[in-house]
Amino acid sequence: MAFAASALNALEIVIPEGWDSPTKVAVAPFGGALLREDPEAEVSVDIAGIVAFDLTRTGQFSLLPSENMLSYPTAPDQVYFRDWRLLGQDYLVIGRAWAEANGAVSVVYHLFDVNSEREVASSRVTAAPEQLRDVAHRIADEVYEQITGIRGAFSTKLLYVLVENPASRSPTYHLKIADSDGARGRTVFQSKEPLLSPSWAPDASRIAYVSFETGKSTIVVQNLVTGERTHVAAYPGINGAPEFSPDGKTLAMSLSRDGNAEIYTLDLASSKLRRITRWPTAIDTEPSWTADGEGLIFTSDRSGKPQIYRIGLDKLMEERLTFEGDYNARARLLPSGRHLVYVHRRERVYHIAWQDLERDTVRVLTQTALDESPSLSPNGVMMIYATQDLGRGILAVVSIDNGFRYLLPEAAGDVREPAWSPFLDTLRGGR
Amino acid sequence: MIRQFLGALSALVLAGVVLGGCQTTPPDDPPPTVVDDPPKVTSTTPVRKPDPEPPFDENLNPLHPDTRKPLNTIFYFEYDQARLAQADLATLAVHAEILRNYRNHSVQIEGHCDERGTREYNLALGERRSEAVRRYLISAGVRATQVETVSYGEERPVDPGHDENAWAQNRRAVMIYRR
Repeated sequence: MAFAASALNALEIVIPEGWDSPTKVAVAPFGGALLREDPEAEVSVDIAGIVAFDLTRTGQFSLLPSENMLSYPTAPDQVYFRDWRLLGQDYLVIGRAWAEANGAVSVVYHLFDVNSEREVASSRVTAAPEQLRDVAHRIADEVYEQITGIRGAFSTKLLYVLVENPASRSPTYHLKIADSDGARGRTVFQSKEPLLSPSWAPDASRIAYVSFETGKSTIVVQNLVTGERTHVAAYPGINGAPEFSPDGKTLAMSLSRDGNAEIYTLDLASSKLRRITRWPTAIDTEPSWTADGEGLIFTSDRSGKPQIYRIGLDKLMEERLTFEGDYNARARLLPSGRHLVYVHRRERVYHIAWQDLERDTVRVLTQTALDESPSLSPNGVMMIYATQDLGRGILAVVSIDNGFRYLLPEAAGDVREPAWSPFLDTLRGGR
Repeated sequence: MIRQFLGALSALVLAGVVLGGCQTTPPDDPPPTVVDDPPKVTSTTPVRKPDPEPPFDENLNPLHPDTRKPLNTIFYFEYDQARLAQADLATLAVHAEILRNYRNHSVQIEGHCDERGTREYNLALGERRSEAVRRYLISAGVRATQVETVSYGEERPVDPGHDENAWAQNRRAVMIYRR
C-alpha cells in the first residue's frame, strides 16, 4: 500500500477472517504543484494518500493501490469510466491543488459513481498550507458520508497518555493529542507523576484528566486554547474518572471524600458538588453520560464484582445493565444509546465487549489480552482502545461492525487511555 | 451516619480479634524479617515506654523495637481483594506500637494494584487496600492524624512484567514513615 507511508509509518492493519467484498474505491493521486507542509523539510502532503488511508481504516472499503491504476485523471474531463469499471471500482475520487496568490492553498475534489458514470459530489476547500492534512481528512469525511450516509469522523483528534521509560524509576507521562490517523502528535501536558483518564469537553476546547502532580489524585480541567489549567477536584481520597456532560457544563466523577468511591457531578460554573450514588461498601466509578445528559452509566462492585449500572439524574433510580461474566467495567454508550461497549473478563482474559441493550446480546469485539479504555468515534463506527503488544502498551482501533482492526504504535514508550474527540471543525478553528 | 457507625464497629471488631489473639497466642506465622526472634511482647497493655534508641534507621525505615531488624513495610493482597493477610497482622501490630510510642511520627500508606482491570476501578481498589491498613492501625490505637493514605491504582508497579509473579508483587500496600 503505497499510500500508507505518508500517513503513519508504523501503522499496522489486521484484516479479520471472513472480511470480503467491501465497497471498492480508487483515489487517484491529486494533481497540482508539489504541496509542501513545511518548506524547510521538503515534505509534500499526499492528499490522495491520506484520503485513501482514512477510508481504508474503517474496513468498509477496499482501496485500489495507485500503481494498479490505468490512468491518473486530475480533472473531470480526464476521467474514462471504462478504465475504472475494468478495474472493478465502485467509486473514484480525483482532485488537484494549487497555491493562491495570498499564500493559501485551494484543493478541489470530485467523487464519481463508476457504475452510473455520475459525479456524486464535488467541493473546493481553501486553507493555509499547514492545514493540508485537515483538508485531506475533510475530503475523506465528505466522501465517506456520500457513500455510506454516515457522517465521517476523520477530522477528529485522539487524546491519550504516553509514558516514556515506563519500566524505569523515573517515567515521564505525556498527555498527547494527535490526528485521528495518529499523525501530528503533540504533548499538551507533561508530568513525572501519573496522568490518567483524559476526556474531552463536547466542543473540544477543554479536556479533563486525573493528575498526580500534587502527590495525590487531582482532577484537572485544561483549556486547550489558553493552556490554563484548573484543579477542579482535590478532595481527600481519590479524585477520578472525570467525564464532561453533553452540554459541557458539568463533570461527572468518582470521589472517595465521604469514605468510599461514589459518583458525583460537579457544576463547573458554581463548583457545586452533587452526590449521585450512595453505596457505602461498594466502589462506584467510571461514570459516563447518556446522550441526553439526563443519566449516567457507571461501574459498581456492589454485587461483589464490578458490573455496569445506569442511573437517572432526576430520581436517582438505578438499574443494572450487565450480567454476563464477573468483571464488566468502564462502559461507554454508542451514540444511538442502544449499545454499550465495556471491559469484559472472559476466561481470565480482558476483552472489550459490545452489548445490545434491547436484545441483551453480548459480543466480544477484541480478541487480544489486557484490552481496556474503550472510546468511540463520534459517529459510533470505530472504537479505539488500549491493549498490549509484546508487553508494550499500544492503541488499537477496531471497526464495530466488521472487526477490521489497526494498531497505532508510538515510536517509544507505553501508550494508553485513548479518548476519541467529538466532531470537530478543524478548518474553521484551526488547531 | 450508619456507614460511619458500621466502619467504627468493624474496626472495633477487628481490633478485638487481633489484639485478643495476640495476647493469648503467639502469631502462627511470624513475618520473615523477624523470623529468628519473633516478637516477645505483642501485648498492648501496658504501653511500652519509648526505647532509648528510636526504632528507625537513618532513612526513617522502621526497625523492630526488640531485635532492631528492619520491619516489613509491604503487605500483599489477593487478586481484586483488600483483605489483610493473617500473616501480616503481627507485623502491623508492631507498627501500631511504634506509632503509639512515637506520636510525632506518621505514616503514608500507598495502595497499589496489578495491571489487570480498569485503571479507575484499580484506583478505588488501591484505596481499599491502603484503607485496610489504616483501619487496622487506628483500631490498634494509632491516631487518625498519624495515618495518611494515597492510592496509586495500577500506575506504580514495582515489577513491570505481565505475569502472575509480577502481578503478585504489585498488589500491595506500602507504609512510608515520616516525621
